[in-house]
Amino acid sequence: MEEKIIKQVSVFVENKPGRLAAVTEKLYEKGINIRAFTIAEAGDFGIIRMVVDKTDEAYRILKDSGFTVTLTDVLGVEVEDEPGGLYKIAKALGSENINIEYVYAFTFGGDKALIILRVDDIEKAIEVLERENALFKGGAF
Amino acid sequence: MYWSPSIEKMPQKDLKNIQERKLRALVHVAYEYSPFYRRKFKEMGINPWDIKGLEDLPKLPFTKKQDLRDNYPFGMFAVPISQIVRFHASSGTTGKPTVVGYTENDIRVWVECMCRSLTACGVTSGDIMQISYGYGLFTGGLGFHYAAEKIGATVLPTSAGNTQRQIELMRDLRTAVIACTPSYMLYIAEYASKMGVDIQNDTKLRMGIFGAEPWSEETRKRIEDKTGITAYDVYGTSELSGPLFTECTERQGLHIWADHFLIEVIDPETGEQVGEGEKGELVVTTLSKEALPLIRWRTGDITIMEEEKCACGRTHPRILRILGRSDDMIIVRGVNVFPSQIEHVLMQIPEVGEHYMIILDRTKDGLDVMTIQVELSENASIDKVSDILNLERKIAEQLKSVLNVSANVEVVNPGTLQRFEGKAKRVIDRRKI
Repeated sequence: MEEKIIKQVSVFVENKPGRLAAVTEKLYEKGINIRAFTIAEAGDFGIIRMVVDKTDEAYRILKDSGFTVTLTDVLGVEVEDEPGGLYKIAKALGSENINIEYVYAFTFGGDKALIILRVDDIEKAIEVLERENALFKGGAF
Repeated sequence: MYWSPSIEKMPQKDLKNIQERKLRALVHVAYEYSPFYRRKFKEMGINPWDIKGLEDLPKLPFTKKQDLRDNYPFGMFAVPISQIVRFHASSGTTGKPTVVGYTENDIRVWVECMCRSLTACGVTSGDIMQISYGYGLFTGGLGFHYAAEKIGATVLPTSAGNTQRQIELMRDLRTAVIACTPSYMLYIAEYASKMGVDIQNDTKLRMGIFGAEPWSEETRKRIEDKTGITAYDVYGTSELSGPLFTECTERQGLHIWADHFLIEVIDPETGEQVGEGEKGELVVTTLSKEALPLIRWRTGDITIMEEEKCACGRTHPRILRILGRSDDMIIVRGVNVFPSQIEHVLMQIPEVGEHYMIILDRTKDGLDVMTIQVELSENASIDKVSDILNLERKIAEQLKSVLNVSANVEVVNPGTLQRFEGKAKRVIDRRKI
């Protein structure tokens, strides 16, 4: 179960100059690499969500620097970098009544896309995605 | 433990006799020697001989902060300057500065009051006491200093500021008691944990005496939870001398030493005394002060008086912790709002910290807008935008139900709001009237 789940680092930041730099500087200082990254912004503030190579270290350094950091369970889905990749996954989850709370994606290795998903029912989603043979299983990506 | 047991436990009728005798003397002295009171008595047609007992108190005029300002610097003094051994002065942040003076006996009485108070809340001659109130023109530092020395405690006069050094000294010299503002204590606790110093385990700090700004029971709880110390409240104003009164170990209000100070609680609007147990503005008449005697001094502080004998055995009346300031009150869309009410709401919400700012704006249409900025707690669990929006909405709803006026809430990053080492200035009023 565990390695099927990706721990995402979420950080609350005010929408002010220098805040993103402050977060990423801390990660840089610790030699932490960001694999996937997005900001959900809502006017005065935003929430940085990222997947990094050294999650526990990233959590600790950001917490110690006074940020409000949360680790969230998300799923990774690996699809071919071609039309219909996300559609296939969204349809499979939707038909099982699983709600996708947010999603972001990036490409890697030239022909692959990795989609990060937060869903309302993670165990059921794992089942569905494994059936679709799409679940990205931990490890270094 | 008592400092002056025979006085502190004196029967209330004996205390009342002392108060009446001293009150009669006070009005004569004020009339004879204070140009301000002589003029005021004449204007109001008061003959000093008319004041016979405590029931005549309402006949006397109030004294207000503005009177001190208008008579700056020496117009209210009742002794020649040659008899004054010390001045203190207020910073004048809310108006012209005010100056207070003390004769040798005034200092002696002040120290006596503080010795009783420190003993009542459990400070002993064996304690190391770190005084982190400002020293200098502000009365906090020196007010604690001389009393702590007098009871035989070992004083560490750090004054306010240089927080890292405060914490190092606290740890290395084994401070047992700290005296500072409650907001500075929270700042010290926060700073200590950043330095890797755990106040509970790495220091000998046992208790703190906090005041000089209004604070709440919730703040007390936060300080105690964070640091493992016992927090006591202290009250005093520079006009009355400085820090004077603390809670005893019962923590059921602050004992007002009635042989030196006569208190009333009034309705700030009408000036009438309120009934026992009712909230109102604290009014104090000084019974022993020589240099700057004050008759019915309007403190501006809102409290409740309790006259019943305390479980600690002391017979002197108590006031509850200061609930707000009649002049801290802000008016938002016609509704009276005390910052202490906002603090009270915020302290009950675990997702936010204890530091906050109140910002007042006025729209082009003339509508007041109140924005409360509060820091997200480092331990809050936040992943979705709605987590923040829901939190802001929850705080706004609770504020609305307490204040009867709506407020915007802005959650900000931990550690980004201004910290205050002296009196906190949490209201930014940007309204152009």
